[in-house]
Amino acid sequence: MIRPKLPLLELRDFQFFDFVPCSLELKEGEVLGIQGASGSGKSLLLKAIADLVPNQGMAFYKGQAAEAFGSADWRKKIGYLPAVSAWWFDDVASHCSEWDTKGLEALGLDLDVLNWPVSRLSTGERQRLALVRLLSHSPSVLLLDEPTASLDTANRKLFEDLLERWLSVEQRAAIVVSHDPAQLERLATQQSVLKEKMLVSI
Amino acid sequence: MISLSVLDLAAASALVLLLAATSFWLQLSLERQLLVAAVRSWVQLALVGLVLKQIFLLKNPWILALIGLVMLLVAAKEVLSRQQRRFSGYWSYGIGAGSMFISSFSITFLALLFLLGNQPWWEPQYSVPLLGMMLGNTMNGIALGLNQVTEKAYVERDLIEGRLALGQSSGEAVSDIRKRAVQVGLTPILSTMAIAGLVSLPGMMTGQILAGGDPFEASKYQVMIIFMIAGGTGFGVLFSVFTASYRLFDQRGRLRLDRLKSRKF
Repeated sequence: MIRPKLPLLELRDFQFFDFVPCSLELKEGEVLGIQGASGSGKSLLLKAIADLVPNQGMAFYKGQAAEAFGSADWRKKIGYLPAVSAWWFDDVASHCSEWDTKGLEALGLDLDVLNWPVSRLSTGERQRLALVRLLSHSPSVLLLDEPTASLDTANRKLFEDLLERWLSVEQRAAIVVSHDPAQLERLATQQSVLKEKMLVSI
Repeated sequence: MISLSVLDLAAASALVLLLAATSFWLQLSLERQLLVAAVRSWVQLALVGLVLKQIFLLKNPWILALIGLVMLLVAAKEVLSRQQRRFSGYWSYGIGAGSMFISSFSITFLALLFLLGNQPWWEPQYSVPLLGMMLGNTMNGIALGLNQVTEKAYVERDLIEGRLALGQSSGEAVSDIRKRAVQVGLTPILSTMAIAGLVSLPGMMTGQILAGGDPFEASKYQVMIIFMIAGGTGFGVLFSVFTASYRLFDQRGRLRLDRLKSRKF
């Protein structure tokens, strides 16, 4: 008998603040694209899934409830990339114990940036470095909040290629929030829109 | 000790009156405030002097405990009033009172018991002024440290959440802010210790010398007091900063700024 594969991420009547409870399933290799007007709560939804804001209902990783994980372990599995990345040391290198040099190259970053002070980085460089840093923690599900908002077309392409290569490995899936419908068309296997505090599939 | 007569005090008050007259003349509109403040300080200190005199005579440990409690609550209220953002519910008052208790009560208790060794150990003549000095001097550092940790956490919320998102524990995510807050809380006492005696004589030492005490004896008391204040401030600040940073997160390690409320101006 073949056991049906459990979804990597599942939300059941998942609710935060005054939003309408939502349910979704994300299986291996799938990408859920989420659209919605500014201020519609897209970032909040990603934060809630990463368990960074209080939430009710159920969230599962491979059938195991979020409560079964320590919050830090859950966040390592469900890697959330905020729209504005966090940097707390003066230099870039200290922010990660093992920088993935291949990942840096794939995103068109010179390895020399690791020796730079954070203050020298452009917004786009921060965004790309933050993704490489997140991937080094080997998450299983990515929650990406406007990941290419500060990137030009060429770098956007590099990012999308990297994401597709990353997804081609087993046990990986992603949720991407974007204001770019064409990008979601390219990346997403399913799409939803967040409107009037409700997540609706389209 | 040279006793001060009412006439001496009247002469000193003439200075304040002169200042008030100058303020009136220059239209600084400070004269009213100045006179009220002068009268207040005179009346308050005179009353405290009278009350202390009675307490020193009564030697009742229960009255002493009651006075200590009132002093603690007033100090905690003062710490609270200096917070831009306070915790909702009893936490705000509790953190202030808890830190002040650690910074002042425990240290005063140890000093009375092991350094001074009076019979009884709570001899009001020593315990009341010591406790008052501890509360007054450690309050500043605690208020500063506590304000720093909540204010920084509020301003740097994205940074904290970004670190949490990378799987850091709440303790790690807030560690830099905590460290900075403890440093800020300890800065006043550190500079006090560094310049002690060089710029000005500390108040207690001045008082003892004016009252006819031996300056070297006075300095020994002052050193003891400074060390007590440093220890009290340090542990009080640590307690307040760690308790506050603990309360900023819930059991799932989420940053809960909704537990803070901004001060209404």
